[in-house]
Order: sequence, then C-alpha cells, then structure tokens
Amino acid sequence: MLQIILGAVSLGLLWAIMTIGVYITYRILDIADLTVEGTLAMGAAIAAQAITSGVNPYAATGLALVGGLIAGFTTGILHTQLKIPALLSGILTMIALYSINLRIMGKANISLLRMDTVYTWLQNLGLSDTNAVIALGLVFVLVIVCFLYWFFGTEIGCAIRATGNNPKMVRAQGINTDTMKIIGLVLSNGLVAISGALIAQSQSFADVQMGTGSIVIGLASVIIGEVLFGKKNFFSRLISLVLGAITYRIIIALVLKMGMPANDLKLFTAITVAIALSLPVFRSYLNPVKISLKEGR
Amino acid sequence: MLSVNDIYKVFNPGTVNEKVALRNVTVTLEEGDFVTLIGGNGAGKSTLLNSIAGVFPIDKGSIVIDGVDVTKLSEHKRASLLGRVFQDPMMGTAANMWIEENLALAFRRGKKRTLKWGITHKERMMYKELLEPLGLGLENRLTTKVGLLSGGQRQALTLLMATLKRPKLLLLDEHTAALDPKTAQKVLELSDQFIKEGNLTTLMITHNMRDAIKYGNRLIMMHDGHIILDIKGEEKKKLTVENLLERFGKVSGEEFANDRALLA
Repeated sequence: MLQIILGAVSLGLLWAIMTIGVYITYRILDIADLTVEGTLAMGAAIAAQAITSGVNPYAATGLALVGGLIAGFTTGILHTQLKIPALLSGILTMIALYSINLRIMGKANISLLRMDTVYTWLQNLGLSDTNAVIALGLVFVLVIVCFLYWFFGTEIGCAIRATGNNPKMVRAQGINTDTMKIIGLVLSNGLVAISGALIAQSQSFADVQMGTGSIVIGLASVIIGEVLFGKKNFFSRLISLVLGAITYRIIIALVLKMGMPANDLKLFTAITVAIALSLPVFRSYLNPVKISLKEGR
Repeated sequence: MLSVNDIYKVFNPGTVNEKVALRNVTVTLEEGDFVTLIGGNGAGKSTLLNSIAGVFPIDKGSIVIDGVDVTKLSEHKRASLLGRVFQDPMMGTAANMWIEENLALAFRRGKKRTLKWGITHKERMMYKELLEPLGLGLENRLTTKVGLLSGGQRQALTLLMATLKRPKLLLLDEHTAALDPKTAQKVLELSDQFIKEGNLTTLMITHNMRDAIKYGNRLIMMHDGHIILDIKGEEKKKLTVENLLERFGKVSGEEFANDRALLA
C-alpha cells in the first residue's frame, strides 16, 4: 500500500509541473489551451530522442523545454496575430505536434531502458527508483513554484494576470494584451514540456500518444487543488496545484487498486472533471434562496 | 490638445445593419477644456470617444492628441496619452486583483513593463495617501480584491487610476450612468474636483442635461453622427435645460426624444 502511495506521489510531482502549466493558461489567462496535449508528448519525444543519441539527460530536458516554448509561441501567434480563436489555435498546434513528434522520434515510441536519465545519479546514491523520482521531482517543483511566484509579482507578471482578468482595462493601461497572452502560452507550454520529459524518463519510455487526455488530467488536478487546499494567496495557490496533482494520482491509484479496469481511467477522469466544473450549477439548485439574496434580486 | 479632423466611421458597411456613426466630425479641444458631450442614443458620442481611444480604426480623417498623430496607433500605444473611465464599473478595473495591484498597473501606464517588482513599498504609501481623500475607506483595504467593491467605489478607483499618471486627455464615457443617483452625484463631483485640481483636458459623455450644463466650460451636442451644437464660455454658463432643448429642436428639426436625458 505504501508503495502504491509513494508511486502516486512521485508521478503526481511530475504531473504537478504540467498542472501548473495548465493553471497559467486556464486560470490566469482564461484560455483553454489544448496545445499541452501535444507539448507533453513533445517534451517526452525530444528528451527520449536526445538521450538515446547520447545527450546529457539534463541537457535533453532543457531541449524539451525549448521545444515547449516554441509550441506555446506558435499557438500564441495563431491566436493573437492570425486571430484564430484560442481553443482552435491550441487544437491546430496539438494536431501539428502529433506529426512533428513522430518525426522527432522516427517511430511511435522510444524505450529508455538502461539509459542514463536525470534520475540515474540519485539511484546510484542508493535511492530506490520511486524515491529518486520524488526527490528530483520535489526539487523541480520547488524551483518552478518559486520562479513563478517571483515572475507573477513582476510588472510583466501582473500585466499577464490582469490580461486574463480584463483585457480592455489592460489595453487602457498601455499594455499589449497580445504580447502578454503569448508570454503566458510560451511559459505554460515550456513547463508542460519539462513535465513530459521528466515523465518519460521516469517511466523509461516516450510514446507519441502519451499526451492524449492530459489537459483533462491537468484540469482535474487544478480543480482538486482549489477545492481541497484553498486559494488564499498566490503562493498557496501554486502549492495547492502541486497537492492537487498528487491527490489526483493517489485517487487514481486507489480506484485502480479497488479493481477499476485501467481502460476506464479516462472515462473516470472526464466524469470527475465534469462534476467538479459543474459544481456551481448544482450549488445554485440546492440553495436557490441564498443565491438570489446575494444578487439582490 | 486634441484635434479630431473630419473623421468618418461606418459600422457593418455593405450589410443591412450598415450604420454611419460619425459623419465628418471635426472638433478641437484646447488645453484645460472640460467638455461635456451630450446627445440621444445612436448620436455617435461613444463612437467618437472610442475612436479617440483607438478601440477601432476610423475610416477617414485623423486624430491628433498633444501633437501626436494617433490615427494609426493601436489602443495600447495611445494609452500613454489617455485616461479612461468606462460606463460599466466592471470595465475599468481587474476584479480578481487587489486595489493596490490595479493602481500599480495604472501607475505604469505608457511605461514598458519589465521584470522589476510589480509594486514597490514606496508606491503603497503613495496609494494610501491618494485613496484617503476619497473618503471611501479604501486606504485600509489595499489588498482587497476590487471585485468586492461597490460600483461607486470601483468608479472612484478607476477615476483615480485614470489620473494617477497625468493624462493628456481624460475620456469619461457616461461613467456615472450605471450608478444610483446619489452615488452618481458623488462620483461626478469627485471627477470635477480631479479635473480642476489637475487642470485636465477632459471629454465627458453624459445623458444628463443638467450635469452637462452644470459641469465643464464647454458643451457639445451630437445628433446622427454630427456635432450640432458647440457652446462655450459665457454662453455656456447662462445655458438652461429649456433653452438647450429649444436650440436642439431648431438645429435638428426634431424633438429631443430621450426620456433619460429629460427626466434626469
């Protein structure tokens, strides 16, 4: 049982990075960005191809980051400069990435068995595979959380937050909302690519399909984090995303342990997210009086 | 300070919904002018203001603010010259962000955004001092989300934001129309005070004839995409609602059909 939980925690930490990426677009920019489905697989593909070609695993993860930044930039250009709706821009990049990922890998999947990964040196220190992932995952997550906490406190960061909130007001303050959206998308997809690279190295393979449904997993983690762990200030929000991603993995591990067929996993996740997203509607059915009083009608 | 030269704007050209909103409008504002802009629905008041602000491109003509030809400049590039308050109290502020964060965004209007901290300690002190005279108690709520404020409080804050960095031109787009009468008067008086203290060149749309007469040194009335009356100086001071209506009838050949303006 402890092994299952630890495994879920390790996977949750790696997916937390992806979750933070989804949070940046979905909550901060108010864009549902589907690019991430392609970017996650792209991060994995680049890292796997680079590692099997003899590149240092950390450098390979860095290359994955660069790929993610470019993917985000592409969606940003499609949306802001070519005026394609955000949802469709993301879908276009995602579909394009499927072919690109196949080209990067040259085949549908690459095995990393017996290759040096970012975790190898920790395993050489005597940590178990799972503990090595947890240790390194924690370091990555902490660095990223601190970086974002700083970044969203800067002038540019504030401008990005405001852009997702009220673009008209932001333009009136002399800020180019297009630029802010692009920066947000670039940042988000960069993180998702890192996440993909780390996941591929921890599971010892990269697969062109591994991004499928990842946006839903990301959203589920965001929502679980917000519901269970509160959203007092920005720092606690970031931490709640990490905890949300881990909780999601623990829930999945438990339902699988309880005998749910793995094939039903995506259905289960989709239903969970649908329920979580529709909670406000159910609440208003249950408490119609309270709501109407609040609105003063 | 502002010169609008022969601008023309048509919406939905070539469709059944085609609407000529501005027909060759020309107007010049001198430094320190406080112009109230009045007219019925569809007269073109908001279109004129939005054209100046760059919300959409105009079809013909040019707009010069403080010697800068802004005709081709995008909305965010002109923002360094303009302070704006909108009709909808939700429009002028970012609801999910704190009061101080909103002020900090406005304080950097026209400046390039960098990776410096979005708000400094010194600024916070300044914001406190600036919020206090509003008498709304906002100075003690710097880290309250703006979404929790009332419409009047939000408009007062937006007004402060619009003037925090002195604009070359202040654009008020019926900024009190969505407020209850008492709050509307307060916000209007506050606007007047800000404008006088800063000697701000201002263009204010209002639906209320009395307010249009009471405030400002110049009154412009629009009708069907034209400027039909431009009253300033001593003449403006002597103006009454009755004689304004009469003059409107003479110029336009129509009754001023707007209950909102009459009853207010």
